[in-house]
Amino acid sequence: MSDAHGHPDKPFLQHHFEDEEHQFDAGKLGIWAFLVTEVLFFSGLFCAYAIYRGMHPEVFTYASRALDTKWGAINTCVLLFSSLTAAWAVRNAQLGQKKLLVANLALTIACAFGFMGIKYVEYTHKFHLNIYPGVEASEYLEGSFPAPKAEKVAYDVGVQAGAGEAAEGDHAEGDHANGDHGDDHALVKWNDPNIDPRVKDRLKTFFGIYYCMTGLHGIHVLLGIVVFFWLLLRAFKSHFTPTYYGPVDYGALYWHLVDLIWIYLFPLLYLIN
Amino acid sequence: MTTTDAATHASHEGAHDDHGEHHALPLWLLVMTWGALMGLTGLTVFLATQFHLGAFELPVAMGIATVKAVLVMFIFMHLGFDKPFHSLLILGSFLFVFLFIGFAMMDRGQYDGQISARTDVDLYTE
Repeated sequence: MSDAHGHPDKPFLQHHFEDEEHQFDAGKLGIWAFLVTEVLFFSGLFCAYAIYRGMHPEVFTYASRALDTKWGAINTCVLLFSSLTAAWAVRNAQLGQKKLLVANLALTIACAFGFMGIKYVEYTHKFHLNIYPGVEASEYLEGSFPAPKAEKVAYDVGVQAGAGEAAEGDHAEGDHANGDHGDDHALVKWNDPNIDPRVKDRLKTFFGIYYCMTGLHGIHVLLGIVVFFWLLLRAFKSHFTPTYYGPVDYGALYWHLVDLIWIYLFPLLYLIN
Repeated sequence: MTTTDAATHASHEGAHDDHGEHHALPLWLLVMTWGALMGLTGLTVFLATQFHLGAFELPVAMGIATVKAVLVMFIFMHLGFDKPFHSLLILGSFLFVFLFIGFAMMDRGQYDGQISARTDVDLYTE
């Protein structure tokens, strides 16, 4: 009797589904239900963001200058392009274009690595400035960090704010000047004696939210890399056909959601004046 | 069983052709969507770095982000060509996010005076 429910000619059609359409629809409903939980999952961080920004808008304006708009914008473009390749991969799977499918899945993975690479550069830069997630940040925020570090922080933030006084700084940071060119903000120094100490104390709030939001998003990108490697492997093995391409579709939907979250994170974190 | 399967398969192939539900989206549509998303990214960066929009900054940035999100969902995520139930699911989640953040902000507003009156040291050490 059990054989009556099997689908010997369709290796990926599970026995408990009537046909491929049935299986595809069930999977699609499942992935959408998962994406709903993902939206709710991230909403907690967006809520924290909204409340803290509502409480201390000046802190967000101030600390946001430590983020490089240029890198954020480049990462947005990288993710948008990877969304195009993911959507294209679904089309390839639907049309049975194996070579293009493999190419587009590989391109999506490459973009995901590119995104994480840029995140690595950004995080490293912040670690270099003693801005860490968690308690270590307090040491630096209390102003007990060594003087050269303070100079460096002041330098970087100063350059971001469009000040010219940083000309004698090390050249490796020079490209930051392009991030905010033409900006007539007053020079902001993190070791500025005139800065309201309470603002300084609250900076850890911004960076805590920054690390949580971009970190959780980054974990999702890493998971996306795993999913797309799995898809790539299966595409290599010619598993996908115009009637069996569900996994590509579901993986792409997940990837688009990761892109969607970044679409909101980018202006919320990087584009505050 | 095999013949039945083949028959079902064939009928579904026919169904695809009739309803077009699972038809692949044309490549030009995907590329144009991507182009629009890139353009909107450029626009939001341009507005944020070259202008001082003041109080309008956040609504404008969020508005552009929402246009981008709708493009991604409608075309890249196929919601515009998919079963309406999937749109209902994701819109339902947005509704609950709106309620969650909205009520949290309202609650925060209720205690604004009390919180603002206290120092950060008080708040952090508790």
